[in-house]
Amino acid sequence: MARPLVNVPARARPGEIIEIKALIAHPMETGFRTGPDGALVPRDIIHRFLCTWNGQEIFSADLFPAISANPYLAFTAVATQSGTITFRWIDDRGGAQVHSVEITVA
Amino acid sequence: MTAPHPTTPPVASRRTMLALGTGALASLVVRPAAATPEALRAAIAEFTKGATAQPGRVRLDIPLLVENGNAVPVTVRVDSPMTAEDHVRRIAVFNEKNPQPNIAVFYLSPRNGRAQVSTRIRLGDSQIIIAVAELSDGSLWSAQAELIVTLPACAED
Repeated sequence: MARPLVNVPARARPGEIIEIKALIAHPMETGFRTGPDGALVPRDIIHRFLCTWNGQEIFSADLFPAISANPYLAFTAVATQSGTITFRWIDDRGGAQVHSVEITVA
Repeated sequence: MTAPHPTTPPVASRRTMLALGTGALASLVVRPAAATPEALRAAIAEFTKGATAQPGRVRLDIPLLVENGNAVPVTVRVDSPMTAEDHVRRIAVFNEKNPQPNIAVFYLSPRNGRAQVSTRIRLGDSQIIIAVAELSDGSLWSAQAELIVTLPACAED
């Protein structure tokens, strides 16, 4: 999988609600399209997305073929303590893309 | 002669138009559950475990006229304080006419602070989108939007 693009503020005040945006390059092949040979192109989508803050899960999603190619997700989180926010995308081929960013809460 | 009949008072026709307009609006708003296709109803029932979601508390932000069905921005917001006692546990989004009724399920907790999720979806046709939220007390709330898609996703196949 390709390099993800994640938008998280570098600093936040304790208790502040921050917006987290995550985008990753992925074809999200639906499995409903036919290829040039007339056969169905096998499904290959990211079906699971997880976000953890210092190891604790704060948001996750089950995705279906109706999600656009290069899936984009935006959600919010309460800034509790400084640490690492980790994003994990899991696709149908069993591949997982992991990306982490640091955040300072003070 | 195709000109309007001179004896018809314009007020009467305006009244008729208003009545027609109100009727059309009412039929749009009050949509019987039987009109939703079987697959969509089954998918929602699977999410709600057979319970019925009542309309309200959920807001579905989606353009009503979509030019490109390949990437339609959607934002779902739920009116919730997101505290440990009262928060949104799950939000699911469903469609009516894509090959599959499911779009996504989002898992939330008080850690999110706000019950708000945005993503981009594919739409294969003009159709109804339904969002259902499950709260921490087990209650279910929903919102729906009917939109028109001018260029559906997968049209170039």
